[in-house]
Amino acid sequence: MDIYLPIAEVSVNIFLILGMGGGVGFLSGLFGVGGGFLMTPLLIFIGIPPAVAVATEANQIVASSISGVLAHWRRGNVDFKMGSVLLLGGVVGSSSGVWLFTFLREIGQVDLVIRLSYVIFLGTIGGLMLIESARAMVKNHRQVAVSKRHHHNWMHGLPFKMRFRKSKLYISALLPFLIGTFVGVLAAIMGVGGGFVMVPAMIYILGMPTAVVVGTSLFQIIFVTANVTILQSVSNQTVDVVLALLLLAGAVIGAQFGARAGARLKGEQLRGLLALMVIGVCVKLGLELVATPDELFTIGPMGEH
Amino acid sequence: MVSPTNSTRNGEAPDSARRFRMRYILTVIATGVMLLFVAPLPRAQNLIVDISNPVVAITAGFAGTDLLLFGATGGDGDVVVVIRGPQEDHVVRRKERVAGIWVNGDEITFTGLPSYYATVSNRPIDEFVPADDADIHQIGTRSLLFRPLVTDEQQIKDPKPFADALVRVKEDRGLYTERPSSLSFLGHGLFRTDLHFPANIRVGTYGIDVYLFNDGELVDTKTSLLNIRKFGVEASVYNFAHRHSLAYGIIAVVIAAMAGWGANAIFARH
Repeated sequence: MDIYLPIAEVSVNIFLILGMGGGVGFLSGLFGVGGGFLMTPLLIFIGIPPAVAVATEANQIVASSISGVLAHWRRGNVDFKMGSVLLLGGVVGSSSGVWLFTFLREIGQVDLVIRLSYVIFLGTIGGLMLIESARAMVKNHRQVAVSKRHHHNWMHGLPFKMRFRKSKLYISALLPFLIGTFVGVLAAIMGVGGGFVMVPAMIYILGMPTAVVVGTSLFQIIFVTANVTILQSVSNQTVDVVLALLLLAGAVIGAQFGARAGARLKGEQLRGLLALMVIGVCVKLGLELVATPDELFTIGPMGEH
Repeated sequence: MVSPTNSTRNGEAPDSARRFRMRYILTVIATGVMLLFVAPLPRAQNLIVDISNPVVAITAGFAGTDLLLFGATGGDGDVVVVIRGPQEDHVVRRKERVAGIWVNGDEITFTGLPSYYATVSNRPIDEFVPADDADIHQIGTRSLLFRPLVTDEQQIKDPKPFADALVRVKEDRGLYTERPSSLSFLGHGLFRTDLHFPANIRVGTYGIDVYLFNDGELVDTKTSLLNIRKFGVEASVYNFAHRHSLAYGIIAVVIAAMAGWGANAIFARH
C-alpha cells in the first residue's frame, strides 16, 4: 500500500516505512542508542530527499528520546543540572547547525558534508568501541570502561566551576557547554540525536558515572532535536510529519522487543555488535565517496521550497 | 537554435519590458513562419483532441496516474503530443575528484525548463517532424532550449555536457520521456494514447500540445491544459508547513512529544 508523503513529495510503501521504523527501533532498544545514524542513511537510500530525511528524523528522535528518558527518570538516572548545561550548548550548536545546513544546501555541498560527517564520526566511534569491546571479551572479566576519572589536567583549570551532585563532579561549566554545542551542530547536519558522540564524551571527557550518562544524554537530546525540528521547519520546510509518525509507530514497538532481547546479551557483546554495525554504515558511505559514480552530474531545482 | 518563444507555449508573465518586446517580436516571426506552412494547404484539416480528465488530484494514495488522450485528425498525417510541466530553474552540478573523494564542482543553472516533459507520437519524431518545426515548438528533448544563467555562461564555456546530463537524469527519474510509437490510430483518423505521470511530478498547470503533421508540414495544433493539484490532507499539511512554518514546527514537536509519552505509558504498565 503506497502513501504519498506531503512534504517529501514522493510516494512510499507504508509497510516499508513501518518495517524500517520497527527494525531500527529494535536495534535502538537493543543497544540503547537513538538509531538516527542508521535511519537517516536508510531514508536517503529509499529515495527521501536528504534534506527531508535529516529534518524528519530529528522530529522522530524527539518522540523516541522522550519515551526513553521517562524510563531513566523513574530510576533516578537523569542529572538535570548537567543536562541543562549540555542543552544550553546544544541549542546554540543546533541553531548554528541549521544555519550551516541551509548555507551548504544553497552552495550544493550538503550531501557531501552529511556523508563526510557520517564517515568521520561513525568510523572513529565504531573503531574505538570495537577495540574496547574486543579487549573486554579477551580479558573476560568485568572492567568498567571508566578508568581516567578524577584525573587532574588542564580541564580543571577552566573558569565557571559548577558542582553537579548527581554526577559527583565539580568541573567548569564550559566543558559540558562546549560538548553540547559540538554535538548540537552534528545533530542538525547529520539528522541524529548525537548520543553516539555525547555518551563517550560524557564518560571519557567529563568523567560522569555510566549510570546517569544515558538518561542525561537523552534528556538534552529531546530539546536539541526539538530545536532542530522547529528551525528546519522555519528555514527549510523539510519536516514531514506524516513520515515521522509512520517511523515512530514502528520504532516504538520495535524498541520494546529490542530492549527485551538486549537483556539476554552481555554488555561487551552488545557493544561489539553495535561497533560492527556502525563501522558497516561508515564503510558503505565511505566507499560511495571514493568510488567513481555512475552519473557524474546531479540536478536540483533552484529556489526549491 | 531558433526562437525560444512561440504562440503555442503556455503564457507566463514576462518579468521585464525588454523580454516582453523580444517575446512579442519572436512570436510574430514564429506565427509568420507557421502561416507560411499553413497558408498554401489545399484543404483545411482540423484536429480534435480531448483528455479523459483535466484535473489530477494528488491525495494520500497517489502513486502516479494515467490519462487517456484521444482525438481525430480529419484526414491523413502523423501526430505528436507534447506535455510540458511547470517551468523551473534547474541547477546541474558536475562532480569532480578532490583529494580522492568526489565533490560537486562546476555548476550551471538553466532557466525556464519544464519540470516534466514528455512526447508521444505514432512513429519516431525525426521521421516526420522537420528540424525547423522541432526547434520552434521544442518538440523532442533534443530540441529543448537550454538557457544558462548569464553568470554561469561566462564561467563555463561548454554547457552541452550539462544539458545532456540534465536530460539523462530527468529520463532516469521518469520526468522526461519520449515514447515514439505509443500513439495508435484506430482508423478514419481517430487516435488514442495513454499519458503516464509518475508519483514524483510537481504540482501546477501542465500544457498538452498536440501537433498534426502531413507531408512534412505542420497542419494544425491544439492545446489543452491539465491541472495537477494536491487535495485533502496532503494539501492541508503542505500548505500549513509553508504558510505557518513556525506553528508547523511547534506542532510537529508536540505530536512527537505526545507519541513518545504515550508509548512509554502503554509499555510501562506491562
